[in-house]
Amino acid sequence: MSEAAAHLRARAEGSARSFPALLARADRLAMTIVPGAHGRRRAGPGEEFWQYRRMQSGESAAGIDWRRSARSDATYLRQTEWEAPQTVSVWADPGASMDYPQGSETKRDRARLLAMATCILLERGGERFEVAGAGLRPSSGRRQLDEVALALDGLTSDREFGLPVPPSTPTAAQVLMSDFLSPGPELEEALARIGESVTPGVLLQIIDTTEETFPFDGRTEFRSVGGGLVFETQRARQLKAAYQERLEERRAMLLAFCARTGWRMAVHRVQEPSRKALTWLYAAIGGSV
Amino acid sequence: MIALGSLAFLAPVLLLALVALPVLWRLLRATPPAPVRRRFPGIALLLGLKDSEREPARTPWWLMLLRVGALALAILGLSQPVLNPDQVTADRDRPLVIALDGGWGSAPHWSRMTAEVRTALEGASRAGQPVHLVNLAEERPDLGPRPANDWLGYVDAMEPSGWLPDREAAAQHITALPDGVSTLWLSSGLGGLGGLDGAFSALGPLTVVLPETTALAIRPPRSVDGALVADVVSARAAEPDLSAVRVNAIGRDASGIERILDTTEVTFEPGAFVAEARFALPLELRNRVTRIALAAPFASAGGTSLTDDGIKRRRIALVAGQRSEEGRRLADPLHYLRTALTPVADLVEPQLAEVLEARPDIVMLVDVGQVPASVEADLLEFIDDGGILVRFAGPRLAASGAGQTMRDPLLPVRLRAGGRSLGGTMSWGDPRRLRPFGANTLFDGLLPPDEVEVSAQVMAQPDPDLAEHTVAALEDGTPLVTARSVGNGQIILFHVTANASWSSLPLSGLFLDMLERISRSVARTQDEAPQLAGATWAAQALLDGRGNLRDVGDRPGIAGEVLEQEVPSAAAPAGLYTAGERSFAHNILRADTVLAPMQPPSADLVRSFTAPSQRDLTSHFLTGAIVLLLIDILATLALGGRLKPGGRAAIGALFVAVASGFPGTGVQAQDDVRATYATSETVLAYVETGDAEVDRISRAGLTGLSLALTRRTAIEPDPPVAVNLERHELAFYPLIYWPITDRQQPLSETAAARVDAYLRGGGMMLIDTRDANLTTGRDGPNSGLLQRLAGNLDLPPLEPIPEDHVLTRAFYLLDQFPGRYIGPPVWAEASLAPETVDGMPFRTLNDGVSPVIIGANDWAAAWAVDETGNFIRPVGRGLTGERQREIALRFGVNLVMYVMTGNYKSDQVHVPALLERLGQ
Repeated sequence: MSEAAAHLRARAEGSARSFPALLARADRLAMTIVPGAHGRRRAGPGEEFWQYRRMQSGESAAGIDWRRSARSDATYLRQTEWEAPQTVSVWADPGASMDYPQGSETKRDRARLLAMATCILLERGGERFEVAGAGLRPSSGRRQLDEVALALDGLTSDREFGLPVPPSTPTAAQVLMSDFLSPGPELEEALARIGESVTPGVLLQIIDTTEETFPFDGRTEFRSVGGGLVFETQRARQLKAAYQERLEERRAMLLAFCARTGWRMAVHRVQEPSRKALTWLYAAIGGSV
Repeated sequence: MIALGSLAFLAPVLLLALVALPVLWRLLRATPPAPVRRRFPGIALLLGLKDSEREPARTPWWLMLLRVGALALAILGLSQPVLNPDQVTADRDRPLVIALDGGWGSAPHWSRMTAEVRTALEGASRAGQPVHLVNLAEERPDLGPRPANDWLGYVDAMEPSGWLPDREAAAQHITALPDGVSTLWLSSGLGGLGGLDGAFSALGPLTVVLPETTALAIRPPRSVDGALVADVVSARAAEPDLSAVRVNAIGRDASGIERILDTTEVTFEPGAFVAEARFALPLELRNRVTRIALAAPFASAGGTSLTDDGIKRRRIALVAGQRSEEGRRLADPLHYLRTALTPVADLVEPQLAEVLEARPDIVMLVDVGQVPASVEADLLEFIDDGGILVRFAGPRLAASGAGQTMRDPLLPVRLRAGGRSLGGTMSWGDPRRLRPFGANTLFDGLLPPDEVEVSAQVMAQPDPDLAEHTVAALEDGTPLVTARSVGNGQIILFHVTANASWSSLPLSGLFLDMLERISRSVARTQDEAPQLAGATWAAQALLDGRGNLRDVGDRPGIAGEVLEQEVPSAAAPAGLYTAGERSFAHNILRADTVLAPMQPPSADLVRSFTAPSQRDLTSHFLTGAIVLLLIDILATLALGGRLKPGGRAAIGALFVAVASGFPGTGVQAQDDVRATYATSETVLAYVETGDAEVDRISRAGLTGLSLALTRRTAIEPDPPVAVNLERHELAFYPLIYWPITDRQQPLSETAAARVDAYLRGGGMMLIDTRDANLTTGRDGPNSGLLQRLAGNLDLPPLEPIPEDHVLTRAFYLLDQFPGRYIGPPVWAEASLAPETVDGMPFRTLNDGVSPVIIGANDWAAAWAVDETGNFIRPVGRGLTGERQREIALRFGVNLVMYVMTGNYKSDQVHVPALLERLGQ
């Protein structure tokens, strides 16, 4: 066996190891939400009966519901409710900044879990879904779930901060999960590009409480998780107020974006139960789709 | 060298580095503490923020103080600080001569003396001086120079010798030393200079070290008024603090073990040279005293005086006028005298004609009539010389008519013809009682009991001087005992017989007291030098410098003339010598010896011991520096906020571990744990030998035995423990197994005392020499070791375990005690002979359980099992071997049962049942 193949296999095995766990966890999480009726409330391809309609000329005879037509003189077509599946693109920030806090469940873990659970819910709803930036075609079904799980598992980036990736189909609804802590201009630019297409979407800011409370003091050298950025301060406590102000500014910017595009946004802390976020996501996606 | 009081620095140049400390202070102030590094994703929000307040990043002052302190300590430590620097280090260029008075006079301060020598040697070693170490007490001291370090081991092995150095001879010897040396003379402060100071001064500068006090010595004991009196002699006029000097009278007790029989304290009058130690001992104990010795800290050969014939038991010659008739013991004229005198005197019973050949102190003639003229002359000379003649009346004396017409020279008074008989069938009057003894007579202070009645006596002529010769009289005034002094001696006449036919006096306790008074009154001057010349004397035991008696190897005999003249020297050391039956204690001090102090040559040469010896403080300072640095590390971590809770706990644990590494608390706790374990259950113990394999087998063996006990009996011991005789308390263990190895060191005094206390307090040791396979006869190679070990143990007399010993039936019925080998007999305490059981004052200890069982059968190896319960060592071959192992285990079971139940099984109650079982 060549070395590359061995490496590949090792990685595959590593992935496979975490994959069922993620799937199982996400499954369990998704079980907590029972999807309600979900239809297009108009005739179209689907399985649910929608209405009988008189046949008009030029229509294919294959659509005639012969049993209904036999009860009267007119010829009826049987129409089903349109159940065109919606395409949802889920993006979980692959940037290094998501590997925080170290030593416990990281933001990345939480983002993956929520993304996976969302996909499971979508799968149950029969929607088509994809992981943005993973090179998957939007699809539905259990097989797609496995693909998504693999894609989420391999979701890392060398970049310090991940930037939202547009979906492969321009009409897809978008779910963006990130800490949204990347430098302001880049983020704004990327969001603006995504917001151009008038698709619905939600932003979920996954964040650690220390990133909100800034509980540091003393002479401190801050480094980004990837190590690329360094910032040194003599007394960290002095910076707390300024930092929190900047965080508020960042959220205000995100909210402004939402107001402009009609998206919805929520903040989720790693320390909070994931179910809370998933419930919100379910409602938000349902609302915007 | 720079000295600050008692602190000095041997490398002071390094102290200059202290000047650099202020510079360091400034440097340290300038360096901020290292920043804490944190990973933080929110950094993008921080970028561009400015510290509003530029906090000067200063190290806290106390942290700087800590660091500077650590550095200062390191500098001080490296400049070789010493406490109490040596004074001896003055002259470093010349070779050093250390002369040492290695005699008994140095024994009380021997440790300080050797410490002084060691200090001097260490100084010389640092300076690279060659050293001549001369022990002046040696006949031919080694004069060769050697490196100082080579002498250190020699100093450790040096012991004071049992004689004072011959300084005159030494002065001759040291002329062989090279010129141009500096000399340090450690003197005992006793004896003349003998020109030694001049001889040393001729070689170079001389320093004499004199101790503040000199050794005390003791003169041979003498008897005064029935007490044993010994003079304790000091060379210098005693200072007031010389009080409560303990003096021990040492001798063998009834079981033959040497003990301190009596202790007294003497106090010197200020300015006195002599103090009296007085031992008021019962005669029986007094006769056992073998030496009088000063107790520590004054113990030395000079402080020990051995006793020889002079203080030994009186020799009493008994002569009966009438041969005893066989089978009539109670009517034997000598029976009561023998019974009374045997404990307190040596008795001889010669013929009348040869009575003086046994050299008696007292001659007792019992109912002897006329003494032949030749014997009479000898006896008179004997009495004149201080001997005592005691005569008892009787029918023969009364019938012989001796001393009736004129006074017999061998009788104190004239006698009347015939005697008188009172209270008999053919006589009037009642038996007479005794009148109280007069003051200042021989028997003053004794109380005549009522039951003593005299029914017959020989009467004295009522001469004018009768009253003054009467020592004891009856109620009617007739004399019972009369005495007359002749020359230095006395003639004493009992007017009754020595048996109970004339009076009940011999039946009473008074008789014993009277005889003891008489034997004590012997004032015979001992032969000062008991005819030493002309005989060759062989040393039996010699005194070492510390006053201990040592066995002698093969030493040639010494001509009596040498002993007669010389004070003890290397040629004729102090000790106990014998020639034939005579023994002679060659003591350091004779009865009239005066201890002479050494006159110091001149005051400026003399100094005292350096009080505490020099201590190198380098390690202390450097340790302090390292400790400070460690604290600094912790403090820095804490300041930087990097001391995580886990880290704190770990560091705390580290501190606790370091603290408990110091001796004391840890050991104490360990001892407590051990005691708790040993006392919570029955635990067998074995002695750690230091040989890992032997220890392993011991442990496994006792484990196997414990297993067998648990399975078969009601005794369920916990796993065995190892004990170290030098360190551990033994009292908790019922049985201690002690395998003897060739590495076994002799026990220290404390360990021996501990073992003795353990054995006396009911413990038992199974001592196993483990060499039965190496021997065909009685003793294997390890038994020699055992004998040496047992030398300082208080072991009872032993005998091979007899057939009817309790060990043979404590649980199983056994007739042999095999271990891995079947070897020579196993020994236990000799059982008491039946007739001595009653009234035996000693050794009815331990409920009759032998304190030791000694054998060579390697029992532990036969018992040893591993963790899974399999036997470790093979025993014998095949089924026979298995049987032997079973018997070995049974022996173990019996042994523990024996320890636990004592002589329970030897109870007579069980004998019929046992007999019945044996019969089946």
